[in-house]
Amino acid sequence: MKKMINKVEDVVKQQLEGFAIAHKELEVSLDPMFIVRKNQSHSKVAIISGGGSGHEPMHGGFVGQGMLDGACPGEMFTSPTPDQMYECGLKAHSGKGVLFLVKNYTGDVLNFETSLELLHAEGIEVQTALIDDDVAVKDSLYTAGRRGVATTVLAEKILGAAAESSYTLEQLSVLAKRIANNGRSFGVGLKACTVPAAGKPSFTLEDNEVEFGVGIHGEPGIERRPYVDCDSLTESMMAEILNNNPYVREVRLWDNSIGDWKTETWTTEPLLKGDKVIVLINNLGATPESELYIVFRKVAETLTEQGITIERSIIGSYCTSLDMQGVSITILNADKEMIALFDRPVKTPSLCWGES
Amino acid sequence: MTMTITKQQIITWLRNSVEEFNTQQDLLTSLDREIGDADHGLNMNRGFQKVNEKLPSLTDKDIGTILKTTGITLLSSIGGASGPLYGTFFIRCASLVAAKEELSLSDLTDMLQGGVDGIKDRGKAEIGDKTMVDTLGGILNSLNMNQSKNVIEAIAIAAEAGSMATKSTIPMIAKKGRASYLGERSIGHQDPGATSASLLFNCLRDAVK
Repeated sequence: MKKMINKVEDVVKQQLEGFAIAHKELEVSLDPMFIVRKNQSHSKVAIISGGGSGHEPMHGGFVGQGMLDGACPGEMFTSPTPDQMYECGLKAHSGKGVLFLVKNYTGDVLNFETSLELLHAEGIEVQTALIDDDVAVKDSLYTAGRRGVATTVLAEKILGAAAESSYTLEQLSVLAKRIANNGRSFGVGLKACTVPAAGKPSFTLEDNEVEFGVGIHGEPGIERRPYVDCDSLTESMMAEILNNNPYVREVRLWDNSIGDWKTETWTTEPLLKGDKVIVLINNLGATPESELYIVFRKVAETLTEQGITIERSIIGSYCTSLDMQGVSITILNADKEMIALFDRPVKTPSLCWGES
Repeated sequence: MTMTITKQQIITWLRNSVEEFNTQQDLLTSLDREIGDADHGLNMNRGFQKVNEKLPSLTDKDIGTILKTTGITLLSSIGGASGPLYGTFFIRCASLVAAKEELSLSDLTDMLQGGVDGIKDRGKAEIGDKTMVDTLGGILNSLNMNQSKNVIEAIAIAAEAGSMATKSTIPMIAKKGRASYLGERSIGHQDPGATSASLLFNCLRDAVK
């Protein structure tokens, strides 16, 4: 295995060390591992996310003005532990509460929920927001539910801007739920990634095969399909995304008024003709940037056929899976509020635009 | 007839586990590569290496303290779903044996039941979902049926039941955790979490025999 790494057990630590030198405007803690903004200018809800390492720039690359206040990287493809989010939460908290943005994986949910309980015990107002946008997983009754993937990046941008504009924790929760119910993603893998500890690719594909409905942790997709070309693959992916079968699931949220968990039923909203969307064409790691544009061309054509308008698009490596060669498409049905927040200035290592 | 498990044997259980999760890293990783993200071996080893660092300070403590420290350590070092699940398991076990210096078979059984209930509360899995609950459920059923036996024998029989239960996950379709995203593709693979639970209990068997 040839990678730009040294000892396998030092990978995450060493990448954080390099990141800390490159980004002195951020504070990097190595034990427990987390990244936070320095020198917050005003009191606002602290937005914290995190997850396994291996998806960079998500989440550390998105810490800064207008996006995340803190990010907690776990070991490779492994959920971070409660002590990380707890310490990060204490550090980032500026008096208006903490919002944990959680991707829907059993590990992430369990660890973030545990740290929420710890912060609550410190008297800090807290809430979780869940992203479960990967339409590859069909139902939530007999599975762990839909995976949280690239809509998370859009959620971090929109919620980050909203927090910067002094939205309250309650207002952010409402917005987060709307994003979660309007975001859809689907991924394909052309070649598996190699996790340093495993030393070899997580699965092997023939030249004429793709993993259809692939996640971001190197696990196999929901099925293996024959490879034809980009357009037919993109069409198949869009067919999955545009499928409007309602997705209903039970989501666990914190209820501050009772100091305990409550369950809500969420339903993904249908995508209709006339809708306006934000599109994210996401490199899963090893796809040439040029190919992302070929995919986007087809995505734009398909959406036009459906009478759906692309308001904004973002194309590049945002929610990766190490060196997986593959692409994911995210369509977020966005209203005026979401688009305005998306446009607000942001200043992070991996997303930077507008004047602050 | 051996009546109790001593706290020294509990420490030995944990020491055995440190070694076992080091030795069996590759097995767990390869199982987790098939239906997961190939990190279970690494995570369990890392967690128990951290437990190993705590063991010298625990040798004179009661069983509750030993297990609670183990749980908290695993919670903050394993990561993933296994961290909170195994962490909660040990923390719940600990709460049922606070201040104890030794355990009868019935104490052990109640303790493990509490631990498994903790896992089920957190992870919401049931027997048949293709998880560690299958293995732990099999172990508890066996212990409950063998309460009149001496503790060493009952544990040995339960360990065997645990291994069988782990193997029983092979034809199952996963309904929880990362393997559940694979749907029918998860059939034909032994669950890594069920396997680590079996290895953990085997270490207890080896500590008391």
